[in-house]
Amino acid sequence: MRSSPDPVWRFLLPSFVFVCVFSLYPIAESFRLSLYRMILTLPWLGQKFVGWENYRDLATDPVALGSLATSLIFVAVTTPIEVLLGLAMALVLNESFRGRGWLRAVVLVPWAVPTVVSSQMWRFIFNDRYGLFNYLLFGDATHWYWAPLAEPGLALMSIMVADIWKTSSFAALIILAGLQVIPRELYEAAGVDGATAWQKFRHITLPLIKPALLLALLFRTIDALKVFDLVFVMTQGGPADTTNVLQFYGYKKSFAEGMIGYGSAIAVVVFLISLLLSIVYIRLLGTGLLAKERRT
Amino acid sequence: MKKIAFAGSVVAIGALSLVPFLWFVLTSGKSATEISAIPPIILPSFVWDNYRSAIDQYGLLRYIGNSAIVASATTLISIAIAALAAFALARFKLRWGRFYLMLLLALSMFPQIAIAGPVWLLLSALGWLNSYHGIVAAYISLSLPFAVWVLATFFRELPYDIEEAALIDGCTRWQALRLVVLPLAAPGLFTAAILVFIHAWNEFFFALIILTYPARQTLPVGIALFPGEYTMPWGEIAAASTIATLPLVALTLIFQRRIVQGLSAGAVKG
Repeated sequence: MRSSPDPVWRFLLPSFVFVCVFSLYPIAESFRLSLYRMILTLPWLGQKFVGWENYRDLATDPVALGSLATSLIFVAVTTPIEVLLGLAMALVLNESFRGRGWLRAVVLVPWAVPTVVSSQMWRFIFNDRYGLFNYLLFGDATHWYWAPLAEPGLALMSIMVADIWKTSSFAALIILAGLQVIPRELYEAAGVDGATAWQKFRHITLPLIKPALLLALLFRTIDALKVFDLVFVMTQGGPADTTNVLQFYGYKKSFAEGMIGYGSAIAVVVFLISLLLSIVYIRLLGTGLLAKERRT
Repeated sequence: MKKIAFAGSVVAIGALSLVPFLWFVLTSGKSATEISAIPPIILPSFVWDNYRSAIDQYGLLRYIGNSAIVASATTLISIAIAALAAFALARFKLRWGRFYLMLLLALSMFPQIAIAGPVWLLLSALGWLNSYHGIVAAYISLSLPFAVWVLATFFRELPYDIEEAALIDGCTRWQALRLVVLPLAAPGLFTAAILVFIHAWNEFFFALIILTYPARQTLPVGIALFPGEYTMPWGEIAAASTIATLPLVALTLIFQRRIVQGLSAGAVKG
């Protein structure tokens, strides 16, 4: 690095210290811990080096494999739905109509609500004795009522509904930003040429918001892997481990049971999955994002 | 016909976004019998018992206090550090500047579990568990990536001429930052601060594992761990949730333009 009178590194040092201590070191340490057998709160029992044994156990652990499947299902289902709903909302918000400001404010409410609050809220709505969900389905016939959070099939769907409610608006915001830079003249010119609304959408809107759509997809995928609050509050991974997503299973192993060696193996697997996803997406978007930055 | 469909979708979007939350807020004003009523009673009799109970019996104010302290401290320190870094990245032509930004972006993408164990062990070794500085340190590192990204975007868009003039007049970079850039970038700093604050207020995972003494726990932990063995005290939970959320909703509505700008300009996670 060429020496300059400006102490560049001094500006970057504080952030770099935090990055090293709280991000880079912990990831490396997770790798290391995954090779040991260790109880979190009993450090005096020492660490026992076990090599790849944790990973071998992980590969044959039905709960772990199940939680991997659950996580992937969760990501695969919620992300497209959220982006599609977000697109629909963004298209509506992009039109000018009376009350648009109100709608935009209202749409932000799910985003503003803390995830933990939203989890309790949906837990209440899905209550098996007097929840709103059951009433809307069955009315007064309480003997028909379901217990969505206690049924293996329904529990995961309930959590997905809660997640979709909370984060579709975030997708909507990102896509709306992309919609708003499309010049109106393009639509007008197409209208003069006799294009229908659908044609305008397919040939003008869709190609031009592709970066925004990809961005929304990227962030939603990454965030879907991180789901934890909803599972912790609504189902604690149950019933019968059907909502046991990877991040929750890792938490349970490391902190609830103290098996931090095994938990770290889970952590490493989760890390590698998200690393792969982020590399794929950053490749797709990286040059685009930075080109946008340089233009300003 | 198209107008009706459009109006319908506007109403549908508004209702779906608002009704679940409104339902919960209304629940906070209901008595226990009203809550479990079938068919559901929409308008409560507005009893304040739930709020009183949440504050007296469940220590709601203590949780709010802890959250306020932690979120404020995180915001102040995080924005300061991020502003320094963002300034350097935006103004200095660094070969590895792009790499550092990408690294930050990548780091923000990893699920918390990837670093949770070692962070816990580290804080434990330092004796920083169940302390304000422990949780704030963790939160600062969590918020730095997107704070730096948002601020770097804002700094890049600032015109360079005033700064250049100051530098020619003999200012150091540090003075240029303090006297020229920061005042100009105040809106951007404010936006980033709001986003960091909201994120720190809502954070749950690390609060759960780091803060285990009720005296130190933040609001999300308090609400998630609301005690209830056979019947959940939904009225109190709703009351606590309403108090926890209304400041955020107010913040979001007042500053929605900034928030939307910050989220889409920096393209960061919510």
